[in-house]
Amino acid sequence: MDSTNNYTPRVKKSEFISLVARFTQDPLGLFGLTLVVLMVLSAVLATWIVPYDPTALDILHRLEPPSTAHIMGTDQLGRDVFSRVIMGGRIALKVSLISIAIALSCGLLLGLIAGYGPPWVDRLMIMLFDTIRSFPTIIFALAIVTLVGPSLNTIILVVIITTIPVYGRIVRAQAQSMKSNEFILAERAMGAGMPRILTVHMLPNIIGPLLIIASMDIPAVVTIEAGLSFLGVGIRPPTPSWGSILNDGYSYIRNTPWLIISGGIPLILTTLGFTFLGESLRDIFDPKLRKDI
Amino acid sequence: MWIYLVKRTALALIIVITAISLLYSMILMVPGDPTAVILGPRSTPEMREALRHDMGLDKPAIIQVAGFILKVFKGDMGIDVFTNRPVSQIVFEQLPHTIILIIAGISWAIVLGIPLGCYSAIYRNSFIDKLTGVFSVGTIAIPAFVIALYGLLIFAVQLQWLPAIGAGEKGDFWDQVKHLILPAFAIGLGWVGYLARLVRASMLEVLGENHIRTARAFGLPERLIVFKYALKLAILPTIALMGVGVGYLLSSSVFAEIVFARPGIGKLIYDSVLTRNYPIIMGSVLITTIIFVLCTMTADIINAILDPRMRENL
Repeated sequence: MDSTNNYTPRVKKSEFISLVARFTQDPLGLFGLTLVVLMVLSAVLATWIVPYDPTALDILHRLEPPSTAHIMGTDQLGRDVFSRVIMGGRIALKVSLISIAIALSCGLLLGLIAGYGPPWVDRLMIMLFDTIRSFPTIIFALAIVTLVGPSLNTIILVVIITTIPVYGRIVRAQAQSMKSNEFILAERAMGAGMPRILTVHMLPNIIGPLLIIASMDIPAVVTIEAGLSFLGVGIRPPTPSWGSILNDGYSYIRNTPWLIISGGIPLILTTLGFTFLGESLRDIFDPKLRKDI
Repeated sequence: MWIYLVKRTALALIIVITAISLLYSMILMVPGDPTAVILGPRSTPEMREALRHDMGLDKPAIIQVAGFILKVFKGDMGIDVFTNRPVSQIVFEQLPHTIILIIAGISWAIVLGIPLGCYSAIYRNSFIDKLTGVFSVGTIAIPAFVIALYGLLIFAVQLQWLPAIGAGEKGDFWDQVKHLILPAFAIGLGWVGYLARLVRASMLEVLGENHIRTARAFGLPERLIVFKYALKLAILPTIALMGVGVGYLLSSSVFAEIVFARPGIGKLIYDSVLTRNYPIIMGSVLITTIIFVLCTMTADIINAILDPRMRENL
């Protein structure tokens, strides 16, 4: 990776081309991209791909091993596992995109306020951020689930609460270091108010690195969704989720290993895909970020 | 150093107090009768009345929170209404199982991860280095509970090399060790990669510094340079990370305990979620959070002892 670092960017366009060229030389990044594209395609086209209704019961054909009719077998209620896996991918993607988008916006707003606002607001925010970060995530999530009750929205809420501090902290640090930059000082001298400085001048500088970090959080969110669903306190049945497929598989682990295998492999491939792709993009676009993990 | 120590401890204390208030206010934020929210559907009107009195729900929220914080600092986290035993007693009974699991998990990760990181840094771009890089990213990405499930499926159910569930017979040391292998493997695997990667990165940075060059110029053997002079500096970020790592391990041990049906905090919380027993959950979240805060604090203090520059950072 380090040996390809010897180009000198001159024109914007050729810089972009050389970035793409660097990306195509990174086999792991390409592997990740392939997995991500496959995952997103299967989630978007899910309704056309699935051979069966993922919630249709067929008790006569329960716990059947993989065959040509059911390529991943059937579960304890006779539902087609392949259809459930495909639809589960759609749920996983939906949860991660919605919750990360909301958490990112809130984290951005709070982080900017903390970084640019008066010191007491900053201290208060940092204290709240650090407190939430000091809860072990899954254990804290289980506490919220107990209070609010398990549902799709609860998972989204859990992810939002636990990731806002991460984004908030990064944005705050960036905003603080930018605060005393000359172009911000110039803006202030010309009489620009806080909203203008934050949205027009700070936001564009912060959003790029933040988006890369956010895209690398997708595997973590997919893991939380699958984890809570595996524990039976996430997505409610009969809606398919990789976690609940794993839970079914866990109950029948002695005789029907295909349930666990088909629930786990898409989960592994998705987390791997997004991680490899994210790492590769980050190394190419912003090597400075490497230190932040 | 003393100033740092006092400041860092105060910070930890503030975080714990905020955490307690946050957990308590969450009950009040949920719509509906708080006692019904806490006790769940199994509760009787008498239980709710007792709890209402116990919590002082008729007083203003801020007094309730303050009262609860004081009680927690006296070691009283309330009484579990279903068994009539103190919550703290129930939680502390389960705690040792979880701590053993976490120590086992992190230990094997350290023993494998740190040398792997050193090796990768010294023999940079070698085959082992590249393999370690891919392995690290891969194992960090894969969820620990999937590793636990596949471990259970492969080694316990299919091959039957290791026992599947439980913590082993009491008093039988080897049996307990055998029951510990798979769960410790599952929660530690991601950390092997994480540590290897982190040690490699900071090692590469340290190896380029002047005092290492001087040591080389003196003709010291490479092994001595790496393990005596370079590792001492390169290990610092790793120590700081390990404090944070305890939090992740606490989370993944919840899954490991449930998958392998081991006793412990995770199992306790899980059972309490199913019966909607919030006092127990709140107690467990508090204890685990306090452990986590203590670990990050210890890591920071160790860092400050080893590297005086860190003392300015607060």
